[in-house]
Amino acid sequence: MTRLQIEDLTVSFVQYERGLRRRVVPGLAGMDLDVAPGEVVALVGASGAGKSLLAHAVLGLLPPNAVESGRVVVDGFEAAPADRRRFAGRDVVLLPQSVTYLDPVAPVGRQIRRAARLAGLADPAAAAASALHRRGLGAEVLGRYPHELSGGMARRVLVAMALLGRPRIIIADEPTPGLQQESAEAVLDELRARADDGCGVVLITHDLVAALPVSDRIVICEEGRTVDVAAPQDFTGDGERLRHPYTRALWRALPANGLRLPAVGEVA
Amino acid sequence: MLTTVLASLLAEIARRILRLVLLLAAVAVASFVLMVNSPVDPISVYVGADIAAIGPQQRALIAERWGFDDPPLERFGAWLGNLLQGDLGYSLTFNQPVGEVIAQRFLTSLALMAVAWLLSGVIGFGLGLLAGVHRGRTLDRVVTWWAYTLASAPTFWVGLLLLYVFSVWLGWTPLCCAVPVGVVADEVDLLDRIHHLLLPAVTLSIVGVAPVVLHTRQAVVEAMESDFVAFARAQGESTSGLVLHRVLRNAAAPALLLQFSSWGELFGGSVLAEQVFSYPGLGAATTQAALAQDVPLLLGIALFTTVFVFVGNQLGDLVHAWVDPRVRRPRLTAGRGVRARALAEEAA
Repeated sequence: MTRLQIEDLTVSFVQYERGLRRRVVPGLAGMDLDVAPGEVVALVGASGAGKSLLAHAVLGLLPPNAVESGRVVVDGFEAAPADRRRFAGRDVVLLPQSVTYLDPVAPVGRQIRRAARLAGLADPAAAAASALHRRGLGAEVLGRYPHELSGGMARRVLVAMALLGRPRIIIADEPTPGLQQESAEAVLDELRARADDGCGVVLITHDLVAALPVSDRIVICEEGRTVDVAAPQDFTGDGERLRHPYTRALWRALPANGLRLPAVGEVA
Repeated sequence: MLTTVLASLLAEIARRILRLVLLLAAVAVASFVLMVNSPVDPISVYVGADIAAIGPQQRALIAERWGFDDPPLERFGAWLGNLLQGDLGYSLTFNQPVGEVIAQRFLTSLALMAVAWLLSGVIGFGLGLLAGVHRGRTLDRVVTWWAYTLASAPTFWVGLLLLYVFSVWLGWTPLCCAVPVGVVADEVDLLDRIHHLLLPAVTLSIVGVAPVVLHTRQAVVEAMESDFVAFARAQGESTSGLVLHRVLRNAAAPALLLQFSSWGELFGGSVLAEQVFSYPGLGAATTQAALAQDVPLLLGIALFTTVFVFVGNQLGDLVHAWVDPRVRRPRLTAGRGVRARALAEEAA
């Protein structure tokens, strides 16, 4: 059984121009992804490839004008958007990327306690304090406002908030960019540890190199559809073990691999 | 630590008082210049209806007695001197010192303005919240349309309309004044006062409500589209939970700032509303003073409203800082220590 199974998920948005002309804006054009218990699956692609949109769809966060098709299965249960709202925060959690995901006018402690209550924890105050403590943050951080945190501290607060309960699926949306090597590794190690405990982790990133050591599989997406699934150990040398030309082009375009940009027509 | 906080607080207060003094000086000069260059003839105002009966010699005597022929700078100096001693002059319209007229009239207006201000704040914030949360839906369209309609409706017209519907047609509210006509002051009870206050206050609040609605709606829309609301929703927060825990405080800061800085418009609106309802407040006194060319009273009211609007703005700053921690505890001054500490802890 898989923790999370996404089959041919498409999302498009209906817009009305000047109130009359109906226009459909495509978002996702066919995403496939599955994560087994104990797995970290990296979802890699350029910005605009639909990675974050996938996260929003899985959490039931799409706006009312979104039209969706395909299947999202959570632990064998086919979840309609309303079911996904029910899972959000308890069974399926989001680990967001930056300090803008914290409310600027509420103290950090109040926000963590609220998250703990939503996650269904019995003692939100104790959970908040211990969640911060586990990430090396003292109790005085509880009384601070987001703008009084350094970038690294804010990210640790986000990790503490996202991983309060015992989720079955963690969707981490770009959790490492901008962090120092050490902090980034701490976040990835924690995600790895949660997976080893039986969680399914989706690691959304455009940083292929950072994702490789902690991931079990790499899913490559481009323009709203998944194009390839590769094993981390295939990303080696000149990329000769990578089957899909787009994946190979992504690998070869990395600075360490010669920053080679694909010739026109090679990828398409 | 405490002494430095106290010292910076005192410095801030001193800075604000200095700003008020400079503002008052500028308003005093501008009002005086307007007064000197106005076509109002002080002698005919002073003498009143008997002006035809006095000859040129008597005019000259009065002018000399009151110092009308002195250079403007000297007259300004004399006026300013009196002003500093608390003497605002004498109002011929009300046959009372200007200070007393303003004090009495302002107290009457205060009830009206306070009720209107609270009504427009509460109703405006509530409607803005509703519209912002239901953005793009019918409710939002209706509220926004209504706010734009009100924003473009003149106060006196709204007042006349309400007067026609509620006082003339339905007969629910009195036609005029702050108290029942022909009743001794001691026998007027609170209920009577509220009854008379109702329609003018509603008129005044209806006009003030539109900007609060539109600004609150905008702040709510921005908050609802923010990353922190997306994260709260990802935590399983319902729409009502989002509004209560995330949106309310974020939208309150700009709304409160706006509400306090609207004291100027509130006073401007009361001039018209009080005129329509013959409500004997400061606004109506302003109109009477203008029509009767009562210069001392007009100057006094100009200075008084300057202080009034200034106090409103200062309170707005305070309340805004109280609601928004980024203003109250900015990163660059007081927060710098905190942030430096945060970085040090990070390194450790």
